[in-house]
Amino acid sequence: MAHPDERTERSDEKPAERSQADLSARLKQLDDRLDRATGSGRSDDADKASHPMSNQGALGQAFRLSAEFVSGVIAGGALGLIVDKVFGSAPWGLIICLVLGFGAGLLNLARASGAFPGRGQKG
Amino acid sequence: MANPIEQFEIKTLVPLGKIGGTEIAFTNSALFMVGAVALITIGLTAATARRSLVPGRFQAGAEVLYEFVAKTLREAAGHDAMQFFPLVFSLFTFVLTCNLLGLVPGFFTVTSHVIVTASLALLVIGTVIVAGFVKHGFHFLGLFVPSGVPFWLLPFMIVIEVVSFLSRPISLSLRLFANMLAGHIALKVFAGFIVSLGALAASGGVTGILGVAGATLPLAMAVGLTALEFLVAALQAYVFTILTCIYLHDALHPGH
Repeated sequence: MAHPDERTERSDEKPAERSQADLSARLKQLDDRLDRATGSGRSDDADKASHPMSNQGALGQAFRLSAEFVSGVIAGGALGLIVDKVFGSAPWGLIICLVLGFGAGLLNLARASGAFPGRGQKG
Repeated sequence: MANPIEQFEIKTLVPLGKIGGTEIAFTNSALFMVGAVALITIGLTAATARRSLVPGRFQAGAEVLYEFVAKTLREAAGHDAMQFFPLVFSLFTFVLTCNLLGLVPGFFTVTSHVIVTASLALLVIGTVIVAGFVKHGFHFLGLFVPSGVPFWLLPFMIVIEVVSFLSRPISLSLRLFANMLAGHIALKVFAGFIVSLGALAASGGVTGILGVAGATLPLAMAVGLTALEFLVAALQAYVFTILTCIYLHDALHPGH
């Protein structure tokens, strides 16, 4: 039996030892290949998870982005109506909050499309 | 032609009386919600009843479901978010089951009503707010202060961030509800075309031939749309889940 450390280095040995060296080398190679295969598989999955919306086609993306924008405007409008009701400042609350909602919608859009490295799209 | 909106009608099955002026009743919507929950509970209980080391077919399915949601949650919100796993898993299975049940012909689609999706979204945002304040106290409000913004822009940005945060439950509920509603209406409209053009085909002669050709096209379209709807049903459940995870991430790690 060869010393474990020498197994892979020495090739001119007795047949039994050589076959064992062969075997360990092949095992190591297989391990490497397995690592590479599973590693790449994992990184593929991670890519998909970090961009969950990127592979659902144009229609899905359009739906998603329009929802982001519209929801910002709706939230601003609702906030404006509440402000007007509470403070009796109609129509100024609605006007200002709608503009702010427009801004929030654009912020949502920028984040959702990944054009802007902010929170919300951490993945 | 059949009314494409008719499928979304709420029908009272068992009236339960009134609270104030509002009628409280067990409706077809409630029936399908209960059905979905019963299906999930019974299915998962049965699948995990015989916990064998080498899983059988159903146990493997349940394990895949668990692994999938757990992986999504860990990757999007970090390991400490696993305390919210029951919530996220319930949301995912409920939305997915409701979406898929709605695709069975004649069944009611619970998630095509904005009140249902809005309630789910409010539950999520409520959890985010409560968890954020419990974990971080007033530091949670740092979520609304963006970094790297000139100081004279800061007041505007804070207000816009607050509105943007308020818009989250709206976009969360709007997306799921709009996708399900639009898909089901499109399916119904194309199916209606098949019937009316098929009736034309029965009249015979040149219009008959035109009718056959005209009815075949929407039939192919309806088949394709059905496949697309299955994709959308699963995808929207996943999108709802991953957005929940991202919002939970904000609650656990505010202020980046």
